[in-house]
Amino acid sequence: MDQLANALLAIVVGVGALLLYYYGTNWIIDTLLADRMTPQGVVMSGRTRLREAIRPWLFVGPAVFLLGLFLVYPAIQTFILSFFNATSSNFVGLRNYQWAFNDGEFLQAVGNNILWLLFVPFVSTALGLVIAVLADNVRWGAIAKSLIFMPMAISFVGASVIWKFVYDYRGPGATQIGVVNALVTHLGGEPQAWLTIPFWNNFFLMIILVWIQTGFAMVLLAAALRGVPDETIEAAQIDGASGVAIFFRIMIPQIMGTILVVWTTITIVVLKVFDVVLAMTNGQWSTEVLANLMYDWMFRGGGDFGRGSMLATILMIAVIPIMIWNIRNFRKEETNR
Amino acid sequence: MNARVPILNLSVGGLLARLALLIIVILWTVPTFGLFISSLRDKDQLAISGWWTALQTTTAYEQARTPAADAQVNIDGQYVIAGSFFEEGDTKRIRSFGGGFLPDNDAIEYLQGEQQGIRDYEPGVPVALEGGGTMTVNADGTFELVSPTPFEFERGQRFFYMAEIPPRFTLENYQEIAGAEGVYQAFLNTLTVTVPATIIPIAVAAFAAYAFSWMDFPGRRFLFYVVVALLVVPLQMALIPLLRVYNGVGIAKTYPGIWLAHTGFGLPLAIYLLRNYIGTLPREIIESAKIDGASHFQTFTKLVVPLSVPALASFAILQFLWVWNDLLVALVFLGKSPDQIVLTSKLRELIGSRADNWEILTSSAFVSIIVPLLVFFALQRYFVRGLMAGSVKGG
Repeated sequence: MDQLANALLAIVVGVGALLLYYYGTNWIIDTLLADRMTPQGVVMSGRTRLREAIRPWLFVGPAVFLLGLFLVYPAIQTFILSFFNATSSNFVGLRNYQWAFNDGEFLQAVGNNILWLLFVPFVSTALGLVIAVLADNVRWGAIAKSLIFMPMAISFVGASVIWKFVYDYRGPGATQIGVVNALVTHLGGEPQAWLTIPFWNNFFLMIILVWIQTGFAMVLLAAALRGVPDETIEAAQIDGASGVAIFFRIMIPQIMGTILVVWTTITIVVLKVFDVVLAMTNGQWSTEVLANLMYDWMFRGGGDFGRGSMLATILMIAVIPIMIWNIRNFRKEETNR
Repeated sequence: MNARVPILNLSVGGLLARLALLIIVILWTVPTFGLFISSLRDKDQLAISGWWTALQTTTAYEQARTPAADAQVNIDGQYVIAGSFFEEGDTKRIRSFGGGFLPDNDAIEYLQGEQQGIRDYEPGVPVALEGGGTMTVNADGTFELVSPTPFEFERGQRFFYMAEIPPRFTLENYQEIAGAEGVYQAFLNTLTVTVPATIIPIAVAAFAAYAFSWMDFPGRRFLFYVVVALLVVPLQMALIPLLRVYNGVGIAKTYPGIWLAHTGFGLPLAIYLLRNYIGTLPREIIESAKIDGASHFQTFTKLVVPLSVPALASFAILQFLWVWNDLLVALVFLGKSPDQIVLTSKLRELIGSRADNWEILTSSAFVSIIVPLLVFFALQRYFVRGLMAGSVKGG
């Protein structure tokens, strides 16, 4: 309880200090650089200009400082550290990268990451789109969407427990308490320890992320579908187009922008996926991924900051195309505004 | 939902569509539902039967031992041992019994793999014992051994029975995780991390978003591009240098340290989302305030903040869920001692150490997801709005 009191105190102190900062600094420039009149009664514009030139920086100052300290500086530093040894004391050039491309674990992680990148965004987006269309025509569609959206609120670790229970395995002959194995034995099959079957176990992990991300895709795509003008669809219907044709020829092209946004957003989530793998297998049975490997090296054997930084940098490089694409889109949008 | 032209309006197609949607909904909810039901089941039942059988009576082979002979009493010339094999309040029932010290009943045939002797006798019917006398076992677990000659066994005699266990729902699992597992302490820790880490970035971001929307300064455009770029930078990119800084400054493994970290990591989305909203407020409103002599500071606090409540709420929900559900930042910047470990980290530990104790895993998992689920269902509209505003629009 003490600790909650401390948290509340932190909010009061933190927010109070921020308000004091914003209010105080604004007051200071308003006072020190108050409008001063010339004897002729004209406002001296130099002071006004100086004051209003300073003010925006007071507003963005804390944000810029925090972004710099918590993201920009560390990102640059990580890039630099990736050329240093485990304790960051010696420059080793490209040796970390060289090591990686000869390391079985790393190559496995890259392979798995590619699998994840191919599977999860595609399946989530496609399913999300299908559900958005299906739910749009049903009276209980809102409830259905709400339930499919729900996993989005659940942590990756919570989802891992939920799915570990789904995949639970008992030896043959014992009563299976996991849904999947119960179903398999009910249909006359042999129960399997799903998470230990190399290659396919990757997909059993990916399903968890699909389960979480489909709701996100569905919500964004449903909103985009609602934006497709009715007239277009009516016209196509009058021309005798089938439901399927309308879906593929008219709706999908109209919402292509949103589809891409959903796709890239999920792609980034996939690149960073870490909790699911850590909690489910910790990379065992050939399920390693880059983000988990990075976390691992960060602390393995007292922590290898060189290899950890190298792995983070590789993740970053994978994200850069999306970053550029985002900025381009944003610029386009800004000029249309 | 506004009415619109249905795309799949053929009746067969419509029916199929409904069916498909129903199946997807079931697939999506069953895992969570199973977890919840399981967390409320008796832990012994949970371990031996699927949660979908939670409402069925299960059967189990069990064994029992009669009391030793010194428990006998002499009633009217008969030697009697009486009592119950079950504890008070037990809802189990005995379906059949046999084996052990009881004589075999040759009339019953057994299948391969079946416990031999278990179906020899039915409850309520006296069974003749080899040394003379009878034993009666009732369905409710009470029994009576009766003999004209004294019983002589020094130890209790063993036999087997098939128990019928009626379904039992309980909150015991939730009590169990309170003590040794420290799940509720972890809940408090998570709350301690989450609340300040949600509120502080809002204040910082709102001022910045206002400046990016309505103030002129050199580098405004460039700085905002930086914000958009930072939206997608993987957290992993920041961890190692920050950990070094934290260790140097001495705020590693402290709450203020993690509050600051979450504030920094949440800022790009916060600024982006709030600017998208604040930037679309009508220009006339802002300018009329300026003409009335309001300074930027006044315009911001008196006009823009109240108007932006929906956007502030949207971000607050996103950030709350993100911090509550975070594992990575907590693992790196917070300790694992009982007074610091957060729910996600605790849950991850339990997955390792209590892998077969599903009563602990299911109830702990539910404790960790209940708050986000409540927030989600109560404020879904703001959550959706936040997600939409937070994604970079394409096209």
